[in-house]
Amino acid sequence: MAGRRANGRLRNEKEDEMKRLLAGAAFALAAVATHAQHTPPDELVKGVMLDIQRIIVEDKELQSGARRKSIELIEQKALPHFNHVGMTALAVGVNWRKASPEQKKRLAEEFRALLVRTYASSLSAFGDQKFDFRPLRMKPSDTDVTVQVRVLQPGAEAVTVDYDMEKTSNGWKCYDVRVAGVSLVINYRTEFANIVRDSGIDGLIRSLETKNKKLAAATPASAK
Amino acid sequence: MSLAAACGCATTSADPRDPLESVNRAVYAFNEGFDEVVGKPAARVYREALPRGVRNMLRNFFNNIDDLFIGANNLLQGKPADAVNDWGRFALNTTFGLLGLIDWASDAGMEKHNEDFGQTLGHWGAGDGPYLVLPLFGPSTLRDAGGLLVDWEVDPVALHAPVDERNAMVATRFVGRRADLLEATRLLDEAALDKYVFLRDAYLQRRRSLVYDGRPPRERPPAQ
Repeated sequence: MAGRRANGRLRNEKEDEMKRLLAGAAFALAAVATHAQHTPPDELVKGVMLDIQRIIVEDKELQSGARRKSIELIEQKALPHFNHVGMTALAVGVNWRKASPEQKKRLAEEFRALLVRTYASSLSAFGDQKFDFRPLRMKPSDTDVTVQVRVLQPGAEAVTVDYDMEKTSNGWKCYDVRVAGVSLVINYRTEFANIVRDSGIDGLIRSLETKNKKLAAATPASAK
Repeated sequence: MSLAAACGCATTSADPRDPLESVNRAVYAFNEGFDEVVGKPAARVYREALPRGVRNMLRNFFNNIDDLFIGANNLLQGKPADAVNDWGRFALNTTFGLLGLIDWASDAGMEKHNEDFGQTLGHWGAGDGPYLVLPLFGPSTLRDAGGLLVDWEVDPVALHAPVDERNAMVATRFVGRRADLLEATRLLDEAALDKYVFLRDAYLQRRRSLVYDGRPPRERPPAQ
């Protein structure tokens, strides 16, 4: 990987330049990927949370809860570290196996959109919170861990946020978040099961679509 | 056929945790109505009429009274160090914190805990029992409702002598707590497909987490 840098002695022909560019790009990509792959899950969570907090602290609009911007921030900074399909499978539960690949894809898209829309509006509170990142005890062989963060707030008990993370070929990915002990994913399981029982997998997709459209339509009103 | 269609909106899933679902849903509907007409409007007025500093002091005042019984419950659960912390908080805040209006103890690093008699029962092995929605108090279980009776019996606010003062304090505490939950209930509106089910499952998860002080044993296999 390293040490295969483009060599300065190469002639300045167009083809060589192209090769060098490509090599450089590949190297950069590899470096980023390797970095994410080798970042331990607790450092990954800490890095992402502090990064998001820093952006909010520097941005008045985000602090006042500008929804569109909050959604963009989550999409950019947090979502690459989530396993959406895994989260959706966990929420859908036993019915997941009955879904076709196309249905699975649609379910994952809609569920992802619902979670982002719902929690984007809570992002503004992130700005003035203090985090207590709990040390993670893990063995090198572990592939499924829980990273714990406590959100400290004066005058009230600390809120625990647990990130369930699994090791994938693309680095550690989060598949569930528990806030104060309540799983944002598992909490949908009964609801989803009820809808699937009454109107099938397609019915669940439709319900999620309708819900998301309603939330999107309400955005301008609750933006501020 | 038509009968099934008629009550299709409230089909019960025969959830073993919620054998009284139809009664619970009725009480839930009543609570929602009460909240719409009394709870939420009062909470909004409270929030707009009182400056943040005053609201913080009122919250601190009631939370400080709670610390006495949080400590007692920690002692009953065999956690004397936590009990000492809670009573230390009470002593410090009641004196230097002017009857609890200022929460110096949190600033001094003495953590606020969350305990009640329902959790103490759970700590010693009492199961949830059937899920219950209590009028005005909201989500509960048989165990937690029993705990609530005990909490209420020893609650200094509820025991306060001149009845009109007591009523004023109970009302202030209720409205203040409702105001603190305005964001949470907005989130619930946005997140849930079936609010009753979503709230029930969240409550049961939350209580389980509290009984285990935020470290409930894992009870599910990893994703997929």
